[in-house]
Amino acid sequence: MSEITLKINGKDRPVDVSSDMPLLWALRDKLNMTGTKYSCGIGQCGACTVLVDGTPMRACITPAASVAGMNITTIEGLDPEGEHPVQRAWHKIDVPQCGYCQGGQILTAVSLIERNPNPSNDDIDAAHSGNICRCGTYHRIRKAVKLAAQYKRGGAK
Amino acid sequence: MSSKQILNRRAFLKVSTLASGAFLIGVSYRNNSAHAKTESDGSTWSPNLYIRIEPTGSITIVSKNPEGGQGIKTAMPMVVAECLEVDWNNVTVEQANLDDRYGRQTAGGSRGTPDGWDDLRIAGTGAAYMLRAAAAETWGVSIDSCQAKNGNIVHAKSKRSLSYGKLASLASKQTVPPVDKLKLKSRPSEFNLLGKRIPGVDNKKIFTGQLSYGCDTRLDGMVYAVFQKCPSFGGKVRSANTDQIKKAPGVVDAFIVEGTDNLKGLMPGVAIIAETWWEADSARKQLQVDWEKIQSDSTADYTRQAEALSKQSGETLGEVGNVDKAFDTAHKVIESQYYYPFVSHANMEPQNCTAFQHPSGKLELWAPTQNPKSGRSLIAQTLRISEDSIHVNMTRLGGGFGRRLTPDFMVEAAYLATKVNRPVQLQWTREDDMQHDFYRPAAWHNLKAAIDKSGKLTAWENHFVTFGSGKRTVSGANLSTRHYPAGLTPNTRLRQSLIQTKVPTGPWRSPGHSAYCFAFQSFMDEVALAGERDPLEFRLDLLKQRHGKTDFDTERAAGTLKLAAKNANWGRAMGPNQGQGLAFHFDHGGYVAYVAEVTAQESGQFKVDHVFGAADSGPIINRSGADNQIEGSVIDALSTAFLEISFADGAVEQSNFSNYNLLRINQAPSISVDYIQSDNPPTGLGEPPIAPATPAITNALFAASGNRVHSLPLGKQGLYI
Repeated sequence: MSEITLKINGKDRPVDVSSDMPLLWALRDKLNMTGTKYSCGIGQCGACTVLVDGTPMRACITPAASVAGMNITTIEGLDPEGEHPVQRAWHKIDVPQCGYCQGGQILTAVSLIERNPNPSNDDIDAAHSGNICRCGTYHRIRKAVKLAAQYKRGGAK
Repeated sequence: MSSKQILNRRAFLKVSTLASGAFLIGVSYRNNSAHAKTESDGSTWSPNLYIRIEPTGSITIVSKNPEGGQGIKTAMPMVVAECLEVDWNNVTVEQANLDDRYGRQTAGGSRGTPDGWDDLRIAGTGAAYMLRAAAAETWGVSIDSCQAKNGNIVHAKSKRSLSYGKLASLASKQTVPPVDKLKLKSRPSEFNLLGKRIPGVDNKKIFTGQLSYGCDTRLDGMVYAVFQKCPSFGGKVRSANTDQIKKAPGVVDAFIVEGTDNLKGLMPGVAIIAETWWEADSARKQLQVDWEKIQSDSTADYTRQAEALSKQSGETLGEVGNVDKAFDTAHKVIESQYYYPFVSHANMEPQNCTAFQHPSGKLELWAPTQNPKSGRSLIAQTLRISEDSIHVNMTRLGGGFGRRLTPDFMVEAAYLATKVNRPVQLQWTREDDMQHDFYRPAAWHNLKAAIDKSGKLTAWENHFVTFGSGKRTVSGANLSTRHYPAGLTPNTRLRQSLIQTKVPTGPWRSPGHSAYCFAFQSFMDEVALAGERDPLEFRLDLLKQRHGKTDFDTERAAGTLKLAAKNANWGRAMGPNQGQGLAFHFDHGGYVAYVAEVTAQESGQFKVDHVFGAADSGPIINRSGADNQIEGSVIDALSTAFLEISFADGAVEQSNFSNYNLLRINQAPSISVDYIQSDNPPTGLGEPPIAPATPAITNALFAASGNRVHSLPLGKQGLYI
């Protein structure tokens, strides 16, 4: 065990972890930040997606120690008021069913529209193909990503 | 339909009147008048179990059923708000915990909507009536001149108005109206809120990571557990290296759980408890267990048995007319075998439960369950404690689909809590979840049909080779003789053969229907085409035939078929390698039809271009939620058509999304949804949309490629997307 400092949602969080403890469990069990979800544990489903320096990463297979000092954004830190363009679009389209995968879907969308202000269906499919939604909200994710991009460009309110 | 609803209401009443101190606008059938007693502390008014009115005028509506993505926590409070005449934006929705005063608290059988429809309309309308009575008393006017409007009672003539908050205290002292005095809204034309697209009440919490699913429960001093069961179902622990495990970093305890013989209860295994889940799971990697296996079921053996049984005649469960004679005298006889494999539920949130035994002895649970009551009962039986000492907090579920109707994970957590003097969270791994599910059973359908010269269906036979234990089918493996096309065909017969199984099975979203409909609606296409009939016209003509009773309304079924066909412009000229397919089904009170459009390549690759859905489930309560269930069902059906759970040596061969790979966004079709909003009472939509989606897609595949899918998963037929 050794103490590392994780920079989560803009705050320095010291945490005592073994060298191989994945970021997911440092967040969930050490820091009680449960917005990041466990589902497969092998980087296949994207439920545990966080942004590390703006890039989507699978927290379940990323050792916490490997991202010490980097900017980690979890779903709790996106906009706690839910006013980020992606959060607003997700609400307007009413994307979730069970909602368990949606934190990961939202952070994936955030990263996509940062890079691509006007994503096509193919762009969205490519970005989100690593995020499984068992309830089948894919149809709405496509709509919501486009709406979020529009909000971000300063289009429709 | 109506007699069933009265029964439900009676049960509802019985439970609520037994409870002391609770107020409920109940319905008494003995004297046909309502009775109630109200709870009021002078400021907050709780006219019944579902509604709380604050002095500020804000309204809290309680949602009693588990929410797992089916949208019940938004839809049912909308019914209350509609009848209470309040602004939805002023409403706060609260999740109930397990409380017997609510009666049934289950997410299953698509029953939440039909069961709640009367009770919640009465609750809302009754409370509004009492608020009107309070205003009438205040102003010295007649109640009929007082209108409930948008959270206020309005007296139009004198232009006076009082908010619900201000009236709450006086309203609680009013005489409760008899139910027959209440005018309940029932038609779409009467609704202000119902039928609109209302986003989920928990959306904001989901989007900010604040929503607590079962696995997000965090309690002071909590420890985490993993539980290793025998990969081969039912196996017992001879010995395990728990002494070594106890020395692993972070581990608090490790011990053998003797368990029971109940495959749906507390199974034998080894528990590891640690300060973090990661440490418990890491220690598990060093765990060595000597298992005593009790069975060695395998898919290969099931298949061999099915082949042999298919050649025999099986047991006849029902025959109408004379099927053999009909085949002998038929113009044409069509025969096909259909097969679908076992599948898993694969909830995104793996099974988990948190439990704590308080020093007082009270056992408290935080459970993502579809059926908290059965969990409480299983725990009480297994641990030999009183149900009164068990309190179940109902968390949101990260998906259900029927898996969480079986509360094995609850009894496991409860047992661990009795062994550990701290709150304990049992979290299954994905592998645990996939390998210890209650699977939708596989089956073989040996189908045979006869048509006359005009192509009309004259006989239909299904030799159903399914799974049993002894002489009974296992859970989720039975069919009824009354299913379509019974009642529409002069000669029908259902024969059944059972393969013995020791694999745990259970309900999977629209049990039975979501499986056999693929076989029936695919074969129906084969029969239509054998008689050179258009699949739509053939189905519509068949719905007009009458040979006894059907278990559904044929006109409503035809209505959905026609609507889907109209929206898809059925029969229009398609592109090269493109085709349309259709299917319909009735289950859980709902009618759903689809037209799917597919483009297929010679390589076996195909794309579902678009799916047109049409449903008749009575008035739509939340249009957004309803659409979500239908869109999700199409995806679920296509996803599941590629999946298979297989067994070797009594254990599941698949383990994670790497070898049980759910559909991805790049494989998902676009979908449009339309409704026939009849005056029938509303039914749920969690289940009815899934069954016909699979055959609509496979029928379209045939139209596009000439490739008839007789067997799932699609990947094994060389098909991929």
